[in-house]
Amino acid sequence: METKDVITQPTIAKETNTDFEVRSLDTICINESRIEHTWWHSLKYLIAGLLFGILLVKAEVISWFRIQEMFRLQSFHMYGVIGSAVVTGIISVGLIKKFKIKTIYGEPIDLHPKQFNKGQIYGGLLFGAGWAMTGACPGPLYALIGTGATVIIVTLLSAIAGTWVYGSLREKLPH
Amino acid sequence: MQFLEWIKQPWPWYVAGPLIGLVVPLLLIMGNKSFGVSSSLRHICAACIPANIPFFKYNWRKETWNLFFVTGILLGAIIATQWLNSGKPIVVNPKLVNELQQYNIHNYSSIVPIDLFNWPALLTLRGFILLVGGGFLVGFGTRYAGGCTSGHAIMGLSNLQWPSLVATCCFMIGGFITANLILPAILHL
Repeated sequence: METKDVITQPTIAKETNTDFEVRSLDTICINESRIEHTWWHSLKYLIAGLLFGILLVKAEVISWFRIQEMFRLQSFHMYGVIGSAVVTGIISVGLIKKFKIKTIYGEPIDLHPKQFNKGQIYGGLLFGAGWAMTGACPGPLYALIGTGATVIIVTLLSAIAGTWVYGSLREKLPH
Repeated sequence: MQFLEWIKQPWPWYVAGPLIGLVVPLLLIMGNKSFGVSSSLRHICAACIPANIPFFKYNWRKETWNLFFVTGILLGAIIATQWLNSGKPIVVNPKLVNELQQYNIHNYSSIVPIDLFNWPALLTLRGFILLVGGGFLVGFGTRYAGGCTSGHAIMGLSNLQWPSLVATCCFMIGGFITANLILPAILHL
């Protein structure tokens, strides 16, 4: 996997000067467009985020109450939302692959599967704990601030701090 | 105006879930972007406080789309709250209402438990652990796991990646243990 990516994306590996293993932990910095865009092209992602934000609020998946119901098996709602989202996603990605659908700029869509490492277990358990406590994953943190729960700004800053501490301890943690 | 009344209600899972799933192909077709939110936290670190840490030394400017996306989430939430809101209290399972009563949580007027998450609560031990401690775990855990509910559970599973299934199962295990065994002790504080 790594060699293949290095071959297809040689320039990026050099530019960022970060070892590939670090970057392949995330999907970031991998899906690279060769087309140079001006900043306003990014506004379409603002619109996509806006629609996603409306969905998060209207589906009430950002509610601490819904998360507590989920972890107490008191409601099907969260399972229904995540389950049907995953099924829709599987069908969509399958269709994209099958018909080799391209982006609106005519570039082929490539997906970079995440590699397994033990971080998915340890980090997953820790994030699960944070999810149960705050009732929010990262997307809902932004959405909650938008609903007027301004104190969640502190939670978001704390999440940024958590990410930073992970980054600084990364070499010492089991992966 | 029946439609407007209808969309002001909370949306059922079979409407909201598939629409959330469609964000995956939307971002891919828009510009080859893999759906994910927690990376934005890393980009913010890389942009503001890289501190010479290798994990934050990359060209975050190439990932600004993600920051536009999360800004959109915030704006979308404002729109949904201001104009697509029925103003009715949230309907919660009576068993949960019963349980939360003993922790002095009675306010269901918002989707956020106002008794728990407010500025003065930040100065209580309970509020501090939940808001600051919980937030820290969300940021630390998602980056350690390499993704969150969107990046692993939705995007990763959509692409049939088994590491994402492992991560998603661990999210759930961590949540079940915390919500049922640890959270009651925190809420009692």
